[in-house]
Amino acid sequence: MAKRDESSELLRELVAHLRQNRTQLREEWVGRISETRLLTAMTKEEIFAEATSVYDSYVEALETETFEALQAYARNLSERIIPRGVETHEVVGIVLLLRDVLARSLFAKYQTDFKKLNRILDAYEPAANRIANTVAVGFVQERERVIRQQQEAIRELSTPVLQVRERLLILPIIGVIDPQRARQLTEQLLRGIRTNRAKVVVIDITGVAAMDVTVANHLVQTVEASRLLGATVIVTGLSPEIAQTLVTIGVDLGKMNTVGDLQGGIEQAERLLGYKVMALAEPS
Amino acid sequence: MEVPILKQGAVLIATFQAALSDADLNQLRSALVQQVVRFRSRGVIVDVTAMDVMDSFASRTLREIAHMIRLRGAETVIVGIQPEVAFAMVQLGLTLEGVATALDLEEGLAYLNQKFKTTK
Repeated sequence: MAKRDESSELLRELVAHLRQNRTQLREEWVGRISETRLLTAMTKEEIFAEATSVYDSYVEALETETFEALQAYARNLSERIIPRGVETHEVVGIVLLLRDVLARSLFAKYQTDFKKLNRILDAYEPAANRIANTVAVGFVQERERVIRQQQEAIRELSTPVLQVRERLLILPIIGVIDPQRARQLTEQLLRGIRTNRAKVVVIDITGVAAMDVTVANHLVQTVEASRLLGATVIVTGLSPEIAQTLVTIGVDLGKMNTVGDLQGGIEQAERLLGYKVMALAEPS
Repeated sequence: MEVPILKQGAVLIATFQAALSDADLNQLRSALVQQVVRFRSRGVIVDVTAMDVMDSFASRTLREIAHMIRLRGAETVIVGIQPEVAFAMVQLGLTLEGVATALDLEEGLAYLNQKFKTTK
């Protein structure tokens, strides 16, 4: 208990020191930031303004030893700077720089009293590390939230089911397919077959580089479900990796109708539907 | 509840009105297999549009009906499977292998007429 009291006593002394030298330390810190070329996406004035609030929250967190306010500030800051392309290493970098600047000033202040310096650092270092941790975690969490939001947005850009001829649908799939998107695709396709009275569907997966076993299985199930609705499915544009996956899971190739590219798939579909496409004249 | 079987030219049409019990399904199977020869029908359409659930017994019975009717010299088409039902069936592994399927009654008739033409 005595140790704890001593520690908070020292922290109080430390906070008083940081308050007293606020202007000078802050300027030194900002100088170090531009020296190390961090936060290049922001102007000098912005960096200075942010540095001031970070500095004050930092000192406040040291004083109160509570991190909620700092956490909230870190989240708010991240929200503002992530869209401008600020990287994780920059945020971590500036917090560590501040830690160094403050430590240096402590060295300068207590250089004559080595024992005291040691005790002050004992109190300062754990708190400072925790602050750095809090800010970094806050930033990363905000980033992850943004990523989740974007994934959601991509999912909502649903894949279109297009009718190219009477009774012929194409379903071009681009990008990564996760199980959720796969389910959505299936629903859309089966509904599309019903509403457009399709007999043949061409699923083009040229834009899909790879898929895992779950999604590959799902694709096979979609093909079978389409057959139950009376539609034939032609899958085109399988990449070598996807072909490998399908062979590994042992797809019955009798059920799966595959053609190399989209053009070939559409030609095959036209044959199935009884169309014959021919040129009427030489292209002009 | 019994499934009504209608005769339309060379085709017999059985339309499910609601979900069926196992006994009803068995009854339908024997009725269809008998009538297909009695009426000298060349095709059978089973319309399941009204079914919103298809369990393994129903699915197996449909497959049996199709295969038995082939042995009795006619073709069978299952029509009107709902999209959700289709996907649920596939997930349960009930894929009606070797059985012709079509979107609806009209498609089923078109399919059979095509078949009759090529085998005449």
